[in-house]
Amino acid sequence: MTELIGISPQLLFAQVLVGLINGAFYAVLSLGLAVIFGLLNIINFSHGAMYMVGAFCSWLGMQYLGINYWAALILAPVVVGVIGLLIERTLLRRIQHEDHLYSLLLTFGLALMLEGIFVELFGVSGQRYPVPDLLNGGINLGFMFLPIYRAWVVAAAVVVCFTVWYLIERTKLGAYLRAGTENQALVQAFGINVPMMRNLTYGFGVGLAAFAGVLAAPIYSVAPHMGSSIIIVVFAVVVIGGMGSVLGAIITGLGLGVIEGLTRVFYAEISNTVIFIVMAIVLLLRPAGLFGRQS
Amino acid sequence: MKALRTACAITAMTLGSTAMAADISDDKVKVGVLTDMSAVYSDISGEGNVVAARMAIEDFGGKVAGKPIELIYADHQNKADIAANKARQWVDDEEVDVIADLVTTSVALAVNQVADREGKEVITLISGAASTPITNEQCIATGIHWTYDTYALANGTGRAVVEQGGDTWYFLTADYAFGDSLQSQVSRVVKENGGEVLGASRHPLETSDFSSYVLQAQASGAKIIGLANAGGDTINAILAANEFGIVQGGQKLAGLLMFITDIDALGLEVAQDLYLTTGFYWDMDEKTRAWSERFFERHGAMPSMVQAGVYSSLMHYFEAIEKAGTDETFAVREQMGKMPVEDFFSRNGRIREDGRMVHDMYLAQVKSPDESTRKWDYYNIVSTIPAEEAFQPLSQSKCELVNN
Repeated sequence: MTELIGISPQLLFAQVLVGLINGAFYAVLSLGLAVIFGLLNIINFSHGAMYMVGAFCSWLGMQYLGINYWAALILAPVVVGVIGLLIERTLLRRIQHEDHLYSLLLTFGLALMLEGIFVELFGVSGQRYPVPDLLNGGINLGFMFLPIYRAWVVAAAVVVCFTVWYLIERTKLGAYLRAGTENQALVQAFGINVPMMRNLTYGFGVGLAAFAGVLAAPIYSVAPHMGSSIIIVVFAVVVIGGMGSVLGAIITGLGLGVIEGLTRVFYAEISNTVIFIVMAIVLLLRPAGLFGRQS
Repeated sequence: MKALRTACAITAMTLGSTAMAADISDDKVKVGVLTDMSAVYSDISGEGNVVAARMAIEDFGGKVAGKPIELIYADHQNKADIAANKARQWVDDEEVDVIADLVTTSVALAVNQVADREGKEVITLISGAASTPITNEQCIATGIHWTYDTYALANGTGRAVVEQGGDTWYFLTADYAFGDSLQSQVSRVVKENGGEVLGASRHPLETSDFSSYVLQAQASGAKIIGLANAGGDTINAILAANEFGIVQGGQKLAGLLMFITDIDALGLEVAQDLYLTTGFYWDMDEKTRAWSERFFERHGAMPSMVQAGVYSSLMHYFEAIEKAGTDETFAVREQMGKMPVEDFFSRNGRIREDGRMVHDMYLAQVKSPDESTRKWDYYNIVSTIPAEEAFQPLSQSKCELVNN
């Protein structure tokens, strides 16, 4: 068998594809984070916990209410979104004029509390969520066995990412949102309810995290700590892409997924670190991130 | 009047203690359970260990040699420094006599150093930690390793799998001391039995996506993919292998350290047919069932081998105090070594001078969903590995307490 940089081309293709699949997860998660930071200036450390709660919502729905995967895909983000609305209204709004650090600490505390509650209720080992029948099985691509469910994840992620980007960058609603961030008083003077818009944006952002959680549920074990192991990587993605840049989050998410996947083949020991190496290099060369606006 | 009452009390106490000849320091025996209460190992250890310790104390009658037994516990968060500090506080200020569980190898080794300070020695009953240095290079005179270790796991699962034709291996290994230790010990067993190791991928601890690693293992063409990791890593690796059609493609998985709680998290659909080595299974006979049902009523889950081990080790400790008539550390340790360990948990058990409690281990295979009649009905015990074969022979020990 011919070899390419030490491994067979089949394995290389397979790794790139797997990297893209993981990247799709990073993209959806960092998208919500970028939206929340870009429009609300909140560093939402509870994003990983919301992802976990989204996954648990789908599991609980299936276990106790007989709600299937497809319904969960809509319902879990709605439930978590409503939780988000409440958190924004009762907690985050009180500190919106304070330094970033306040919202960071508040959301970090919330994440720890949520994880603690779920550990207490369900233990750490996690729960199993079956792959929906329609997406079970896999396709033999010749160079690898592609599980249909993973293909679906990529498709769903791409559609969601594009829709959100379009909504924020190309519609009137998005323009209001962006304007509200720039100058809240002025936009309010035009008769637009900016506090409500901020409230809905936060709910929408964490709803995206929950959506990623539902997508993840059939792949990974649904466990209380599933969010904390991924959140740091997702933050790095947002920083590399440019804080608050929606397009940056999407492209960086996919790109870093591939880089991480390839590192796992060539030097697996640094696969957790490689993203931060990239982050350090990017920050040195472009402090605002790849797609951030240089101020 | 008051003086008279005091005098009477003193006389009574003196008479009482003379009658029993008991020499219990500070008039109580204090048990400390130091464990992981909320992180990755809290399902196999954690709250369940506190329940097991409480059951042991109650079953022993709440008193040993006429003195009350007290229980305290703390969360070490799997951090060696936190564990060592807590242990020091317990021994120096709170008169703790014995420390139980100590899940995570780094924690067990750190606490053993605290337990081995001259003049302040206490007994450690290690149930949750896995690595062999505990009874080799870093053994201490008062440390007892109760439930299992990486040697026994490697020996049990590794040999059984090779004997059944699984002679080429690829490892997915957690990149830290435990993973290394397990991989090297299983590799040795595989080679000794005529097998071959084709390669390994070392993944960071707490990896959620194993698809890259699973594809590498698939490409290696090895018959067996050995999972030298634990907890959430093992679970996610098995899920990925299942998803990417590894088992359907003819390769088999061998979980090298798996607990019953992991099988419960995976579900039998995914976990069926896996081989694993365990020191205890709740559904083996009347005695294991009786104890485990009682544990289940209190804890809401069947006991892991670590939790059953905590109970068993504490009962043996209490019996030794009762027999020796003192809770003096070395006297108790000596007495514990003299008595065989035979209870619902341990068959043919005895404590060696290196601190290893050797007992029968079991090779189990996970049942299929059709075979299982109820929740927690997960294992078929395939064979018993006799105590003397299951663990590292004393002749290979690197412990300085052993005269080799």
